[in-house]
Amino acid sequence: MDIVVCVKHVPQVSEAEVRVTSDGRDIDRSGLVFDINEWDDYALEEALRIREERGGTVTVITVGGEESDETLRKCLAKGADNAVRITDPRINLWNPMVVARVLAAAISKLQYDLILAGAQSSDDGYGAVGPALAGFLGIPHATIVKKVELRDGSVLVQRELEGGLEERLKIKLPALLSIQTGINEPRYVSIMGVRRAMRRPIKTMSLDELGLSPSEIEDESSWIMVKELYAPPVERRAEIIEGNPEEIASKIVEILKSRGIL
Amino acid sequence: MSEIAVLVEHRLGEIRDITFEMLAKANQLAEKSGYRTTAIMIGKGVEDLAGKLKGYCDRLLLVEDESMKFFVSDAYQKVLEDIVRERRPRLLLIGHTSYGLELAPSLAASLNIPLITGCTDITLDEGVEVVRPVYGGKLLARVEVNYPGTVILTLSQGVVKPFNPGKETEIIRKSVDVGEPGSKVFLEYVMPEESEVDISSADVIVAVGRGIQDKSNIPQAEELAKALGGVLACSRPIVDKGWLPQDRQVGSSGKTVKPKLYLALGISGAFQHIQGMKDSQLIIAVNKDPNAPIFNVAHYGVVEDLFRIVPVLIEKVREARGGG
Ligand SMILES: Cc1cc2nc3c(=O)[nH]c(=O)nc-3n(C[C@H](O)[C@H](O)[C@H](O)COP(=O)(O)OP(=O)(O)OC[C@H]3O[C@@H](n4cnc5c(N)ncnc54)[C@H](O)[C@@H]3O)c2cc1C
Ligand SMILES: Nc1ncnc2c1ncn2[C@@H]1O[C@H](COP(=O)(O)O)[C@@H](O)[C@H]1O
Repeated sequence: MDIVVCVKHVPQVSEAEVRVTSDGRDIDRSGLVFDINEWDDYALEEALRIREERGGTVTVITVGGEESDETLRKCLAKGADNAVRITDPRINLWNPMVVARVLAAAISKLQYDLILAGAQSSDDGYGAVGPALAGFLGIPHATIVKKVELRDGSVLVQRELEGGLEERLKIKLPALLSIQTGINEPRYVSIMGVRRAMRRPIKTMSLDELGLSPSEIEDESSWIMVKELYAPPVERRAEIIEGNPEEIASKIVEILKSRGIL
Repeated sequence: MSEIAVLVEHRLGEIRDITFEMLAKANQLAEKSGYRTTAIMIGKGVEDLAGKLKGYCDRLLLVEDESMKFFVSDAYQKVLEDIVRERRPRLLLIGHTSYGLELAPSLAASLNIPLITGCTDITLDEGVEVVRPVYGGKLLARVEVNYPGTVILTLSQGVVKPFNPGKETEIIRKSVDVGEPGSKVFLEYVMPEESEVDISSADVIVAVGRGIQDKSNIPQAEELAKALGGVLACSRPIVDKGWLPQDRQVGSSGKTVKPKLYLALGISGAFQHIQGMKDSQLIIAVNKDPNAPIFNVAHYGVVEDLFRIVPVLIEKVREARGGG
């Protein structure tokens, strides 16, 4: 079983301060730590487990700048067989349809039975690139997948709906699945793995090599323009309770008393 | 190009809230720009259900076929491809839901048109502009769509207040040729397991997120919940790690809660979490990051390490209770 996993190199922002650049259209990357998108880590793990059980190969692929090699190397260190990166300044990473089209062009040149993506990227949060990619390749897909069972020529998946409800679908292979967190427990990188990965090649591809017209990609890229990034308006900001822990705890108790909760 | 189309989302014989939210947004936009609103309902045996949409749109396209008894995105996709090509709506609104995310991206790919997901606001003048959260809700992005044809947008749940504008709704039945059964088949629903503790009926909830850091810290939070006479709940990563059972998860893929007190400890406030708790009567959040998005929905915030607050709070709460 040959599996392709789409991975994205993203900033870890949950505890960091995210500053907007002076033109208001991007974030200031300096000082931010980047890593594999959380959902993609689960997708890679699922791919590695399937390969360990059934043989075959795992290829990781990304659309992004040279800095994304760090994430590709991490995937190689975890056990991926091949890594591919597509770079071109004309690709607008904020346009999920363009990213999906570029991935589709690259993946159509590879051998695959299954494509895995993450359910969403933590930075843009579209949740769109995986299923859009399936649309471009003309293969069936399932999103937000919590369980994967391979059968001959097909795959049984369990995907999340809302409120704890899930559904089971049967899909013909080759197919694309977008993977939800919690499906497995991603492995850690071993020191040995890191050493091995250092020497492994990362294949880079340009739009020309993919047979994509750069001007078309540029055109389609311009469909979507981020005009401004800004912090949510302050009207709804919480009233901050100040003080040392003793004082804060006392104030919380006062609030709870005044509301009849205590 | 004189209409705004909305895909009706329904499941298990119910029209889902997001449908009325999308219709409200569509009607608001239509009023300003002189567009008409068209709801598209796809399914089987849903005529009665469709009646509930009367007044909410100018037209209702009803597409029924045995193959559409359950939501399967490729069958829906075929129907919508035809409708979009034929009617060329300016906007097609789809829910930012599990069904919506299964459908909208591959539909946009096959029609080769733009898509923006997870919109919390939409404006329509000459162009289309949306607002949506990025970076886990820490920032909002104002995004412009430069495209003259149909644009597909998915609308986030719970951001628009539904209303019935009392329109004269014309119902149009549309037949379809679905062709071969697809390469994707619906098998069954899997219902959530019976809950041991029902967090959705609790008055007081203490909820922990990834900030709780380790399984061994869970009992501390549980102790606080007990002291407050409430129950312990959590964000998704805590369930993913197996530290608490699924029935304790708050959010879009977990439970929706509306307690008198929701005390969030080390939860960042991603929109999927907020969807499940934003209507709580009193929300207090403890997070060491002053810019955590949870502070945008909380009434009170504490910018501190939760481990410095929780032990003291347990003591003070016990004192207050013990003291009468
Ligand atoms: C389809 C889909 C459905 C989803 N459904 C849900 C859902 O139902 N419920 C849900 O919760 N999520 C859901 N998610 C996941 C969601 O997107 C977020 O990933 C998740 O809510 C993040 O959880 P968190 O806030 O606990 O973790 P993080 O985002 O990692 O935040 C941890 C927070 O803890 C703070 N912190 C760390 N240490 C401390 C400390 N010592 N003291 C105080 N604060 C500290 C940090 O500043 C940070 O703000 C869903 C995602 C998808 C794609
Ligand atoms: N630039 C990219 N390169 C490779 N894969 C990507 C890229 N962007 C998104 N993806 C994949 O698509 C998934 C969903 O991303 P998104 O639609 O951006 O939320 C991610 O989890 C990745 O698997």
